[in-house]
Amino acid sequence: MNESVVLDGVVKTHGPIVAVDHVSLSIQSGEFFSILGPSGSGKTTVLRLIAGLDRPDQGEIVIQQRIVTSDSPHERPVNMVFQHYALFPHMSVFDNVAFGLKMRGERPSNIQKAVGHMLALVRLQGKEKRLPGQLSGGEQQRVALARALVNRPVVLLLDEPLAALDQQLRQEMQGELKRLQREVKATFICVTHQQDEALMLSDRVAVMHGGKLLQVGTPQEIYEQPVSSTVARFIGLSNLLSGTITRFEDGLCWVEHEGLSPVVVKCPPQGPSQGAVTVMIRPERLHVSAEVSVNGYDNTLPAVVNQCVFNGNEVLYHVRLRNEAIWMARVPITEAQGCPLTVGQPVFLQWSAHEGLALPTHPAPL
Amino acid sequence: MKRIPTSFLLNSLMVMLFLYLPVVILIGMSFNASTMGIAWKGFTVQWYQKLVMDPSILDATLNSVFIACVSTGLALILGVGTAIGLEKSQGMQMPLVNMVMVLPLVIPEILLGVALLMVFVLCRIPLGFGTIIIGHMVFNLPLTVVIVRARLRKLDPAWEDAARDLGATPWNVLTRITLPMLRPAIWGAALLGFTVSLDDFVVTFFVAGPGSTTLPLKVFSMIKTGITPEINALSAVMVVVSMICVGLSWLFQQRSTVGSSESTLS
Repeated sequence: MNESVVLDGVVKTHGPIVAVDHVSLSIQSGEFFSILGPSGSGKTTVLRLIAGLDRPDQGEIVIQQRIVTSDSPHERPVNMVFQHYALFPHMSVFDNVAFGLKMRGERPSNIQKAVGHMLALVRLQGKEKRLPGQLSGGEQQRVALARALVNRPVVLLLDEPLAALDQQLRQEMQGELKRLQREVKATFICVTHQQDEALMLSDRVAVMHGGKLLQVGTPQEIYEQPVSSTVARFIGLSNLLSGTITRFEDGLCWVEHEGLSPVVVKCPPQGPSQGAVTVMIRPERLHVSAEVSVNGYDNTLPAVVNQCVFNGNEVLYHVRLRNEAIWMARVPITEAQGCPLTVGQPVFLQWSAHEGLALPTHPAPL
Repeated sequence: MKRIPTSFLLNSLMVMLFLYLPVVILIGMSFNASTMGIAWKGFTVQWYQKLVMDPSILDATLNSVFIACVSTGLALILGVGTAIGLEKSQGMQMPLVNMVMVLPLVIPEILLGVALLMVFVLCRIPLGFGTIIIGHMVFNLPLTVVIVRARLRKLDPAWEDAARDLGATPWNVLTRITLPMLRPAIWGAALLGFTVSLDDFVVTFFVAGPGSTTLPLKVFSMIKTGITPEINALSAVMVVVSMICVGLSWLFQQRSTVGSSESTLS
């Protein structure tokens, strides 16, 4: 596999704000790569830097083994799908899709053929003469995709591609995006704040926060082994507890907390240290019961049921620990039983040492 | 439909009457066969016929249209450029710049007229078509800038980014994206500017020279010898032309707001 896009120590400031702070990334060709982060984390700026719409203050950008840092957008083999699509409202669907080819000076017969082919690919035949204002949200999305893909970009950049669509359409378009990527064989770089979207679509995910890259990895790596509590908080539900490591042995760490008995969990990925850590346990890894189970769990914490949320195929318990922290525990429903544990009932939370993870509270930057 | 209190309805009706009765009477009188006074002596279009036959009125009309076209055209070219320039530059977003820009629209016209006349005399510029065109541009330019800027503000900058991303040069972005999207505002500004220029009396009065009599100046010179039915007819024509222009201008700008709200919806 060869690298499609490489960012090397890229910095971009907007006045006093550092939007992108020394980001280095390497994206393989043909990859579906997502950049995940809350709004204002600098993820859209990364996309604009790759597209050439913004220039970095520092660092280099390489696309297909060619340094493009100071190239204009039209000199890069890259096209972008904008957040609200940015379709040209005064042009028909055909003219919107044909715009890039016209700018390149393609022959009209070629344009006709390429646009027709692309509209077929996104299933918009017969709507060539419509104006963008006459299309539904999903159709506009397809026009935006066709307008970018018709130029045969090596890399397609997508800025929150599904944010403007409703839930059902979003799921449909997720499948559509995967299909399109297989057919055009381009690298897709997608920016999103929807973690489920990033986990479902991507081969790899980068998590950004405050202009910095926190972690890059497969969706499974990011979910199972977040490098910090910030990442853990951003991906899926997680129960967190801050404390200090008092002992470590065989990759396991003993962590002490204010007001709670010590727990034993896996040590931080960077190795154990005698410092402040945050313990993370996913809600589905917790065992909740009214009595202490003797099944050999390593940890037991007493708690009180605060709330029970019935989700159809599972029950989500909100429980209160001795130190007033609220944790969540996910229990699949096997029999028709609703919420077997009632609100106010004292319970025990139990888990094995390898189900929990101690995360450095102040992680080293990537 | 909601019931409107009668007193408000009456109020509105009175205001409409107050605003438009003089105009309606003027138009009505232009069809009156009587040469003198306001007594109705039957319907006629002879005043309009006389109007068309009068070479001095025809001349003044042509002068007015010529001046309105040139001053509006120049104001558009300079104004659209200014509006885009102001909108693009960071430092020009200050409220002060906006205020300075629209000042000529609120300064008493008679002041503008006197000031312009002084400048022209000081610079030894002979009064005539040139000076009237310059004078009209003083209010046509800010008008254009204000209308075009309002439209520019509503344009999504992502459109220009998208065009650049698809390989458009700055010139292509301007001609294929920005200007077509500004078209309704440009038409609106042109029609409004044309009307204001066509109807202007005060500034024109100060800066006109021999041989550059415009229609409003002609009307003014004609009433010095008393109001004739011809003047009624001429005024009626001017009122109707102005109303059509302003109406069209409003329609164009209306379309531009509809267009932008559609695109924000999408």
